Amino acid sequence: MSHRLTARQYCILGLVALCAPLGDTFLSRGMTHLPPISLAHPASLVAAVFTPWIAVGIALLIGFFASYLTALSWADLTFVLPATAFGNVIVALLSKFWLHEPISLERWAGVVLITVGVGFVAHGPALTERAPAEPVQDVSPMEEERVR
Amino acid sequence: MTIPFPLGSTGPWAAAGMIAAIVLASTTGEVLTAAAMKSIGDLDEIRARSGMKGAIRAVVTCPLFFAGVGFLALAFFALLFALNHLNLSLVAPASASLTLVTNAVAGKLFLHENVDRRRSTAALLVCVGVYLLAH
Repeated sequence: MSHRLTARQYCILGLVALCAPLGDTFLSRGMTHLPPISLAHPASLVAAVFTPWIAVGIALLIGFFASYLTALSWADLTFVLPATAFGNVIVALLSKFWLHEPISLERWAGVVLITVGVGFVAHGPALTERAPAEPVQDVSPMEEERVR
Repeated sequence: MTIPFPLGSTGPWAAAGMIAAIVLASTTGEVLTAAAMKSIGDLDEIRARSGMKGAIRAVVTCPLFFAGVGFLALAFFALLFALNHLNLSLVAPASASLTLVTNAVAGKLFLHENVDRRRSTAALLVCVGVYLLAH
């Protein structure tokens, strides 16, 4: 068995890669637009959860965790983590072409390295081959009689 | 005297300790969560068989899952603590990239995953890539 992924499973890996950085970005945007929150007024932290940016950020992070757990149920941890690191590249590209932020040469090198690393791992098997479980030994007729 | 940029007012050993705490808690959490999900089985199949409620029940009745989530929560608070003393430009890339390497080692040791040359190269490339991207 080669443990190649289906299109649906690639979509789940894509969700893991996208939801985490997008959720963090939404949370960061929401928190920076709020006035400073002090530990003396913890209620304001609870109120922050219901602001649109933070609520969407939390929803995205819940989506990330659900798809991450699903991915771990059919793929190895050492496959899922590098494969989903592509989200960092997407965020870098979005910040360059959507937010028009400058990206240094070092960051472009990071984008290239992650892309190559993801390409490497994505071409391999997603799950480690396991030896089949030991078959249950046949019960001898004498033992069968004793059980009865 | 001005304080060196990425360490803030913390010494290098304390900084290394804080980053190590994040990496250790995070790796333990990831490995326990992965072990839990492997013991549960393919969630897509469970959902097809017993619906969404069945899939959620399968996850929330697994003690390993809660142990994993506990360590991930610990990693989160260790991150918050570190961010209180160190700069984000040091903590984020260092912890993210080191966690990839420790996860590859832990995956091989504890989950008995086949970390062949392809996977170790990928982990190393992504590790350096994340460091460069976040630095």
